Amino acid sequence: MMNYKEVVVISGKGGTGKTTIVGSLASLAEEKVLTDCDVDAADLHLLLQPEIKEENEFYGGEKASIDRKICSECGLCEEMCRFGAIDNFQVDSLFCEGCRLCFNLCPEEAVSMEAEFSGHWYVSQTRYGPLVHAKLGVAAENSGKLVSRVRSKAHEIARETSARYIITDGPPGIGCPVIASMTGADLVLIVTEPTLSGFHDLERVVDAARHFNVCPLVCINKYDLHPGRSQEIEDYCKDKRIKLGGKVSFDRDVIGSIVHGLPLVEYSDGKASGEIKKIWQEILTWL
Amino acid sequence: MKIGIASGKGGTGKTTLAVNLSAYLQEKHLVTLLDCDVEEPNAHIFLKPNFTDKKPVLVKVPQINREECDYCGKCSEVCAFGALTVLKSKIIFYRNLCHSCGSCAYFCPNKAIEEVDREMGIIQKGFAQDIEFVHGILNVGEAMAVPVINEVKKYQGINMITVIDIPPGTSCPVIASLRDIDFCIIVTEPTPFGLNDMGLLLQLLQKMEIPYAVVINRWDLGDSGVEDFCLNEKIHILIKIPFDKELARLNAEGGNLLKQIPWFRDSILALWAGVKGLVK
Repeated sequence: MMNYKEVVVISGKGGTGKTTIVGSLASLAEEKVLTDCDVDAADLHLLLQPEIKEENEFYGGEKASIDRKICSECGLCEEMCRFGAIDNFQVDSLFCEGCRLCFNLCPEEAVSMEAEFSGHWYVSQTRYGPLVHAKLGVAAENSGKLVSRVRSKAHEIARETSARYIITDGPPGIGCPVIASMTGADLVLIVTEPTLSGFHDLERVVDAARHFNVCPLVCINKYDLHPGRSQEIEDYCKDKRIKLGGKVSFDRDVIGSIVHGLPLVEYSDGKASGEIKKIWQEILTWL
Repeated sequence: MKIGIASGKGGTGKTTLAVNLSAYLQEKHLVTLLDCDVEEPNAHIFLKPNFTDKKPVLVKVPQINREECDYCGKCSEVCAFGALTVLKSKIIFYRNLCHSCGSCAYFCPNKAIEEVDREMGIIQKGFAQDIEFVHGILNVGEAMAVPVINEVKKYQGINMITVIDIPPGTSCPVIASLRDIDFCIIVTEPTPFGLNDMGLLLQLLQKMEIPYAVVINRWDLGDSGVEDFCLNEKIHILIKIPFDKELARLNAEGGNLLKQIPWFRDSILALWAGVKGLVK
């Protein structure tokens, strides 16, 4: 029986303040499991100071390799590879997608497939509760699969501990890791900023959330840097019937909190801190 | 010369630098600007180009001819991505899992699979001042950005200078965007987040053997971690850009920074001088 709610924080545009907000929600919410799904640029651990309890290797896909002793240099694999990953009878693992076409078609059976190490995922303890997070290997693929692994572990812990919430720091963009992070969640909190790029990216990520049937709630960060554009974003939300979860002021304490490695709501009693507390109350009424 | 602008962390100022460096360079050179952030493309908002060409980005997906198919299951067996499930008298295709590798069609013993085009996004090309500009837009709901990025990258290296706006992160879209470039400008911010994500990007650049140097944006807002790191690791810092509310406001409105903020123009000039000195 699932009786917890999952909130995923995303943004479309990077650098709008996702991790700052998740760090504060981690401190505000009770009985929760925390997740960092931004597996190729994870930062949440810098605020939550986790103690790693469990470290797991993740193998998400395969890479081809050619045995030059067996290879007859017929060139069929290079001709057929759609990814331009074979050159001069050698596989460039950076561009090999592990499709196995060359492996299956090589007349000499000179191609072998090796499991690709995609990164590590961790279960950690923090002052705020368990954190499931990951680190994608350098130049590794399958970030979407790694996100799914992290998320399913978070759900497992939430069930075991009868948690009330899963709170997830999501990746930027609208592609594969974002889809893997938000599909099936109860709510996505979209953090935007009053810039032309912030607004433009908000529209695309709202469409993506709706495409995957996830309910969006919008938060405008640093809204006072451009009150006019913030108003435009509010009007857009009203027009699209999207609930506004709140607005957060530009506040130098945010940078101070990152530098000190503390969630903003613990570091400061300032304006932004108070506004984030209100957003959590707003999220609760929505859940 | 092909120069990428990347950061690891989002929102550090990649697009601002890419657009303004291109705008400065077009005064004297033939420049192409490629926006490879096809999930959230933004450069066009600031550049306001006149688009003259538009074409769809097509990928190949299997189409099964039911008359020829005997549901033998070979296609499902050779698909490394689990995109095809064969039932007794039905084949289910999961389009978001398909990598368009062609295995299913190649190995079908009955030649029952034809590969047909599917649109994943579009490419637009145009001009802003004398900058040749190309960007890609991934369709909402699509998972894979790389095929769209690869189409944008085809315009790399045609003009004397190509500037490439690279998406955030360090995974597949970033690798595809960095492919075959000569130099990478890393834009970071002086916080533990900026430093952490820059460190991840550095590992990728080293693996891809791409030379790099650093720009610290809003350098007066955080701590000295990034600068200390660069000094220790002997990483060249090209320029440091201070936080300036007027610049932030003007940029949020899409204003012309080069024209209206003289010190910013000087910074871009210094950036280019630095890059030229480092690229062979």
